[in-house]
Amino acid sequence: MTSSDLILYALAIPFVTAILIPLAHRVPNLREAITLVGAGGLFVTVMMILGRVLAGERPSLGPVEVMPRLEIGFNVEPLGMIFACVASTLWVINSIYSIGYMRGNNEPRQTSFYVCFGVSLGATMGIAFSANLFTLFLFYELLTLVTYPLVTHKGNENAMKAGRVYLMLLIGTSMLLLLPAIVWTGFLAGTLDFTPGGILAGNASPALIGVLAFLFVYGIGKAAVMPVHFWLPAAMVAPTPVSALLHAVAVVKAGVFTVTKVVVYIFGIDVLASAGTVDWMLWVSGGTILLASLVALRQDNLKRRLAFSTVSQLSYVVMAAAILAPISLVGAAVHIAAHAVSKITLFFAAGSVYTAAHVTEISQMKGIGRRMPWTMVAFAIGALSMIGVPPTAGFLGKWFILQGAYETEKWIAVGVVILSTGLNAAYFLPIVFSAFFEKERPEHVGEHGDHGEAPLPIVIALTLTAIGTVALFLFPDTLVFLAQSMVDGGAMVEGVPDPDMLADPGGVGSDTAVGTEAAPAEEEAQ
Amino acid sequence: MNGLVSSILEHYNQWVTIFLMVAGLYVVVARGNMVKKLVGLSVFQTSVYLLYISPGKILGGTAPILIDDPNAVYSNPLPHVLILTAIVVGLATIALGLGLVVRINEVYGTVEEDEIFERSDDE
Amino acid sequence: MISTQLLDQLPALQVCLPLAGAALCALIDRRYIAWVLTTLISFAMPVIAVMMLIQVMTVGPISYAFGGWEPPFGIEYRVDVVNGFLLVLISVMGAIIMPYALRSVAAEIARNKQAWFYCMYLLCLAGLLGMAITADAFNAFVFMEISSLSMYVLIALGRDKRALVAAYQYLILGTIGATLYVIGVGLLFAMTGTLNFGDMAERIVAVEQSRPVLAALAFITVGMCLKLALFPLHVWLPNAYTGAPSVATAFIASTATKVAVYLLLRFYFSIFGAAFVFEDLPVTPILLVMSVAAMFAASIVAIFQGNVKRMLAYSSVAQMGYITLGIALATPIGLTGGIVHLFNHALMKGALFMALGCVALRIGGCRLDAMAGIGRRMPITMAAFVIAGLSLIGVPGTVGFVSKWYLALGAIEAGWWWLAFLIVGSSLLAVVYIGRVVEVAWFRAPTGTAAEATDPPLSMLIPTWILAAACIAFGLDAGFTAGVAAEAADALFAGLRQ
Repeated sequence: MTSSDLILYALAIPFVTAILIPLAHRVPNLREAITLVGAGGLFVTVMMILGRVLAGERPSLGPVEVMPRLEIGFNVEPLGMIFACVASTLWVINSIYSIGYMRGNNEPRQTSFYVCFGVSLGATMGIAFSANLFTLFLFYELLTLVTYPLVTHKGNENAMKAGRVYLMLLIGTSMLLLLPAIVWTGFLAGTLDFTPGGILAGNASPALIGVLAFLFVYGIGKAAVMPVHFWLPAAMVAPTPVSALLHAVAVVKAGVFTVTKVVVYIFGIDVLASAGTVDWMLWVSGGTILLASLVALRQDNLKRRLAFSTVSQLSYVVMAAAILAPISLVGAAVHIAAHAVSKITLFFAAGSVYTAAHVTEISQMKGIGRRMPWTMVAFAIGALSMIGVPPTAGFLGKWFILQGAYETEKWIAVGVVILSTGLNAAYFLPIVFSAFFEKERPEHVGEHGDHGEAPLPIVIALTLTAIGTVALFLFPDTLVFLAQSMVDGGAMVEGVPDPDMLADPGGVGSDTAVGTEAAPAEEEAQ
Repeated sequence: MNGLVSSILEHYNQWVTIFLMVAGLYVVVARGNMVKKLVGLSVFQTSVYLLYISPGKILGGTAPILIDDPNAVYSNPLPHVLILTAIVVGLATIALGLGLVVRINEVYGTVEEDEIFERSDDE
Repeated sequence: MISTQLLDQLPALQVCLPLAGAALCALIDRRYIAWVLTTLISFAMPVIAVMMLIQVMTVGPISYAFGGWEPPFGIEYRVDVVNGFLLVLISVMGAIIMPYALRSVAAEIARNKQAWFYCMYLLCLAGLLGMAITADAFNAFVFMEISSLSMYVLIALGRDKRALVAAYQYLILGTIGATLYVIGVGLLFAMTGTLNFGDMAERIVAVEQSRPVLAALAFITVGMCLKLALFPLHVWLPNAYTGAPSVATAFIASTATKVAVYLLLRFYFSIFGAAFVFEDLPVTPILLVMSVAAMFAASIVAIFQGNVKRMLAYSSVAQMGYITLGIALATPIGLTGGIVHLFNHALMKGALFMALGCVALRIGGCRLDAMAGIGRRMPITMAAFVIAGLSLIGVPGTVGFVSKWYLALGAIEAGWWWLAFLIVGSSLLAVVYIGRVVEVAWFRAPTGTAAEATDPPLSMLIPTWILAAACIAFGLDAGFTAGVAAEAADALFAGLRQ
């Protein structure tokens, strides 16, 4: 199998799955089996691609010309690889979870649910592997459109309203700001290919670069930089598996992934740094981190609190990109993965609580930890990761981002990270605390009756992701290696592996050292 | 003053054309009666016939049939032919328009536009 | 084996076949025979058009002296890339709709009038093709009237009694438009003494700055803008599209206004010359303002329509704004955008109106509130609607995006970055009105007749889906459409003068 074939399979499997699912809509077991097989197949394919990427190859597919200057093409570079790995791995787990959740809650229209899910994963793969802005934009819009029916899944007035906000904000920003930005870039650079070092060097004045960066940052509404974040809390009306995989992983990560990609491969960090017109990016992302955390503090609805936490955490990635230091970009990439695993765990736990206890508000969750120990322990791990406490994945991202901020002396960023860590603790720890150490209120028991853990598939899923959260901290080598090679990408263009990188396993080794070194440092600090 | 008068008189055919054009258009716009509108439309179209035909007439010219006189001046036949076609087109338009008005009268019981819109809005 | 003699006669056949067919339909007056005849002829049309386009692309423009009278004395039919492309578009649309027409026409038009419907359909097709193929200004007027008169009849055949009034209104405004055009042509004829496009283009240079020529330009512009329904001269269009039978709407919406655009292009670029029209005269700002006004005003009005057909009609007015915007930009890229949108808009509006025709077949109307939940009952039809709707919005991967890309690129290239934002901004309005339909059709519980509706027969589904699929196919591979459009734009800029 050639690498191009593998990319083709990775793109095709989700779509084929989506086509097969409706054929089996009368046999739920078969239908779910198809989803699982599809998810498994995708996972295996992506892992095979990962193997080749780690070996230094840069598989590509296409490009096929749509019209002059616009091509559909795929090229797997490290950042996309990370994103694809995260999304495909979590799809498998999420599929298991979905089965438990959708059946446990007797959700209607499950077939269309799984179909849309499959297509969104296909779109996510397209985004991850895209070789140019147009391809990325194509799948970006597809992802918006196909997640819209998932958001409005409940079909009531509330869901419709949320769906409108969702669609208008995402399509609105992408059409109004992102598309002109892409056209403009294409006009200036004559190409839209993601190129290490960027394509705008020498093609645009610093002022124009500032304007373009503005268009990109706000045009990529999925990155949820305030004030275009409203769609994310709105999307929480969707069933929890959707919030978990799509609105904590695929969709939002597609946003920050695109931002990172644009910063690294369209502008080029050197160009941005020398232009000096993008300092505002630090301010808006830092502001988003803090503001969203403050808003999260005041939410009683668990999913909404998680949503605002996501808004805040997404801006970490944007900020990491805005720091414009190579090491902080490593942090951005690592944070994309780390936040994905941890946030999906939190959402899984929220859905688990809803399925077992029919509880959606935090104030109703007192003492629930004793009834649902697995769920709440997983929740606690996820929460710790959000705060950035070792040994959880969240620590890694923050570490690299801080390092970058120190290096470039961006003290705002340092301050924001410290402050927000405090805020994260303030809105997550009370939930954990009250779930385990407060007395259950009798009136809440009366509402949902005596209950235990959620259905088995749910528990399995959230345990797996909780383990993943810790594992990512303990074994970050691959992840950090990939992130690192994104930054030194210049040496590895065109699929020609850099001999030094291959010959010197220290490339991996030294990165590991960064990761492990980090842990004691933090421990000492504490 | 003299110049203006003479220019009006010299181009009197144009002035007639313009008068008919504007008058026809005015009737179409200002009248609510569908038959009258068609009359206006017809006047408007007629002005075009004049626009084509009148410059085609050459003073002292004869019909464009070859005669022996080498100094003969012929009128340009093309405008006439064109307008013959245009008249046919205009005829068809007015006929179809009147046909529609008859149908409208059958269905609505009136050919006044404002009354028709009132009745359409009621539904 | 087709003899070369027959090949030489293709331009004439393109127009004469449907004309003769129309007469036959009227004489036979049997609805099935008329349908079969119309289908045969309308399927022959794209074959002829494609053969001519191939010949044009390989050999060069075709010139055909009608009746053997050499141009500029006789009427010349001339096919180059610009109108070759247009002929293909019209004839393909005319053919795709025919299989669809059988059931739709049977349901919507009285039995004894069906043969006449096909007669008018062929007449309209002949008129539109004639307008596109002829290189004679007056001949174009005659064909314009043939197509318009038959169109008035097609519209008046609608079930709703308001269709009669709509047809009447269209007749008045359409005739004014055509007459204004013929006044303009008359003035040009007076100044140049010729009606042949090529001849006129050469002779006009000498008299370019004279007042009659300026007046002619103004008359032709206004006349054609009336025909192509440029805002605010669009008032006839919404009523006409709403009232007409589904088949007629799908056909008219995807072809009629496009031909008017073509004539305008022909006069602007080939006859008056781009330099004269766009550099010496303030045509660009005027067209630009009206186009942008159309894009926004008509889209906003569309949002508030209760009848989906009417909503799409207003959307058509807005989309015509994109096309005229491309003309107003007067750069090769902008013009390419306008021309490619001409084609793309035909595809998507055709698909949308045909999907609506399927709905009308099942629930007897196109009111939005009657369409609640129809998506669950007629999923295949409404899926086509959604695809074409997305195309209207300009989602990447659909034809709408291709048009928008070129237009935005043209705007930025001209240094009008604000225009690029207006172009993409107006497509957000399309999100709103298409979104409204999607919400009602897919997420409401079906009620009334919609509850019992099912997908229409294949004869209607397949044509609808061909167009919907084309919206995606030409969106993902725009090489052909954008390529031909770019070539057409270049040909227009090059002009007819040798």
